[in-house]
Amino acid sequence: MNRRDSLKALGLAAAGGALLLDGCGPQSKTGKETAAKGAEKLPGVQDWEHVRNGKLAGETFFTDHELATIGVVADIIIPADGVSGGATDAGVPAFIEFMVKDIPAYQTPMRGGLKWLDVQCQRRYGQVFTECRESQQLELVDEIAYPAKAKPEMRQGVAFFSLMRNLTASGFFTSELGVKDIGYVGNRPGVWDGVPQDVLQAHGFKDAWG
Amino acid sequence: MISYQIKENPEVYDAVVVGSGAGGGMAGYVLANAGLKVLMLEAGPFFDPAKDTMQLRWPWESPRRGASTVRPFGDFDAAYGGWELDGEPYTRAAGTEFDWFRARMLGGRTNHWGRISLRMGPDDFKPKDGVTDPWPISYEELKPYYDRVDRMIGIYGTVEGIHNEPDGIFLKPPKPRLNELYIRRGAEKAGVPVIAGRGSVLTEALPGVEGRGTCFYCGQCGRACRVYGDFSSSSCLVIPAMKTGNLTVIDNAMVREVLTNDEGLATGVSYVNTKDLQEYTVRGKTVILGASACESARLLLNSHSAAHPGGLGNSSGLVGRYLHDSTGASAGGFLPQLLDRKRYNEDGVGSVHIYSPWWGDNSKLNFPRGYHIEYGGGMRMPSYGFTDWVPNVNHLVPTKDGKQREQGGYGVSLKEDYRRFYGASVGMAGRGTALARYDNYCEIDPSRVDKYGIPVLRFHYKWANEEVEQARHMQETFREILHEMGAVVASPMPGPETKYGLEAPGKIIHEGGTTRMGDDPKKSVLNKWSQSHDCRNLFVVDAGPFVQQGDKNLTWTILALSMRTADHILQQRNKLNI
Repeated sequence: MNRRDSLKALGLAAAGGALLLDGCGPQSKTGKETAAKGAEKLPGVQDWEHVRNGKLAGETFFTDHELATIGVVADIIIPADGVSGGATDAGVPAFIEFMVKDIPAYQTPMRGGLKWLDVQCQRRYGQVFTECRESQQLELVDEIAYPAKAKPEMRQGVAFFSLMRNLTASGFFTSELGVKDIGYVGNRPGVWDGVPQDVLQAHGFKDAWG
Repeated sequence: MISYQIKENPEVYDAVVVGSGAGGGMAGYVLANAGLKVLMLEAGPFFDPAKDTMQLRWPWESPRRGASTVRPFGDFDAAYGGWELDGEPYTRAAGTEFDWFRARMLGGRTNHWGRISLRMGPDDFKPKDGVTDPWPISYEELKPYYDRVDRMIGIYGTVEGIHNEPDGIFLKPPKPRLNELYIRRGAEKAGVPVIAGRGSVLTEALPGVEGRGTCFYCGQCGRACRVYGDFSSSSCLVIPAMKTGNLTVIDNAMVREVLTNDEGLATGVSYVNTKDLQEYTVRGKTVILGASACESARLLLNSHSAAHPGGLGNSSGLVGRYLHDSTGASAGGFLPQLLDRKRYNEDGVGSVHIYSPWWGDNSKLNFPRGYHIEYGGGMRMPSYGFTDWVPNVNHLVPTKDGKQREQGGYGVSLKEDYRRFYGASVGMAGRGTALARYDNYCEIDPSRVDKYGIPVLRFHYKWANEEVEQARHMQETFREILHEMGAVVASPMPGPETKYGLEAPGKIIHEGGTTRMGDDPKKSVLNKWSQSHDCRNLFVVDAGPFVQQGDKNLTWTILALSMRTADHILQQRNKLNI
């Protein structure tokens, strides 16, 4: 079989190039629905894995207040900008809700970290984090977002924020919106013929083998 | 009372093959194509990459975005299994370590491998340094089988003429990615050669081979390939062998023991069906074990009888001994030259585009043998955790406007950093020769069974100075290469307290040696045909027969040895010896 036959086997060649790219592109509809419901069993997923996924999806860990706080912090970490939407636009809070059930070791650091945040805000501003003014929220975040310059007494907050930052970025940049934002353009049938000529030149390599 | 009845299959097969990975798959393929009636038993479920692959799925199609919670290499990795299997424990002797990766599915661990396909060299079979025992066969004796494997399964690479890194019959190799060009430039400055990778991916059509598509460069061999464009035992061996009508696969069949008669010859195997938990026996004129080095050793040790009191084929007492994995250590950093890089699709193939074959001169080193280096990096498909490193290193280079900034952060500037650093990372990993030692072994744990009542393995494995010094050399080399590339390395070099980052034995998933071959029945389990010294119709075709592996990932050698053993079985049948 040649490459064209490979594409036929994928069920793509007959549809032509344009549809081929659409079908595999970041705008694909099927993926979105699957992710949202977590209900459809994909081929290759083992029965026990599917049951486990469904069970986790059906459980609730965070309270409404905790989830709302996660949303505010997530959008502070990854806000909408000129290129794309923010963390909540990409469904990050729901992703984090799933991950703490999938990896239970995250549960206490996340629940406790959110509580730590509220306690700090209560002491400073007399309100929980979500009720504070944006300037107050950012004032506190500034004290926990930079590990090297954070004060020793803020270290628990730094640990929480680092975990929250990683979960937020993971959730955002693995969403449809985030994959498009970061500019990943693979995951589709094609031909790899080495580094494009203009890139070779820009980086000072004489040909595809360097 | 529950009745306990063993269901006996009355048919006598020409061969019963245990395991469907590289070794079992190849033996089954050769024998079935020669007209033998072959029965293959696989402990896990049937798996066909054409239907069961996760190829071309997006990260958001996994609720955990590909995290490794359920599968050790992430949700999209094809392998069913891992380091720990529910209800199938193993143990370790105090003070020793071993991690045992098992895949339970058609194709076994060929569902999880890098498709890196290296031949062992003349010095690997017949070492000149006297540190380990020679194999009973030479490279020249195995070369025709390597050649046949190349033609039958397909491998890309370049002819280099390196003495202990023999060339094969190569398809065209994929061209390097941008980070790989930087790696090559840096490595050569550091005195480390870099050549085109050698991988079993069809970069062009393979003459005479039907039913397999050529690579369409998604870089996802590890997810299983829908068009059979790479080597998996299922797609290239077992499923084609089934089409001959001569090979039958029974899946979900966990083999309990090899059955023998009063003369000590193998008559078949017994197994438990992992779904209905019923017991079965099947009969064969020849029994071929390809269950993986440790699983085959376990099976032999659990198959004791009056004729084989210490376990089948174990008169030497060496079954389970000389267990050895590869060494492994890794390092990484990022390339400032690749910040804000232009976006394009560089998925390439799912095996390596480049690698460094061993180049060292052992007369100037404090360890024997060596390692090769595999490289990574690039604009890969986003998956869980892939951005975690960015806030740890974003203070190490100025921003686009030339400003210094603090580590970490949030907001629009951090979002910009994630974009800026995407695709700028580089990684490298060494895979080296760990010595096969008598004192590193697996045996039957005297007090533990798995959920099927089968006694489990207990491992005894310790790294020695040779492996630790090799890991130190890897780390020093990695740092030199990274430095010469102009890479920024954020993590300090690991020290002796972590054995220089040397992975635990078993972690590289290259274990072998547990049923070593040799000419002397007192010093080996198998003869040079991988045939039991004690039981002439019993063969082992996984990595158990390896006397000593080189720093060459072992799949290609398993395939060549298994093909050679299958040929031998056919010849012996014609002579009516078995």
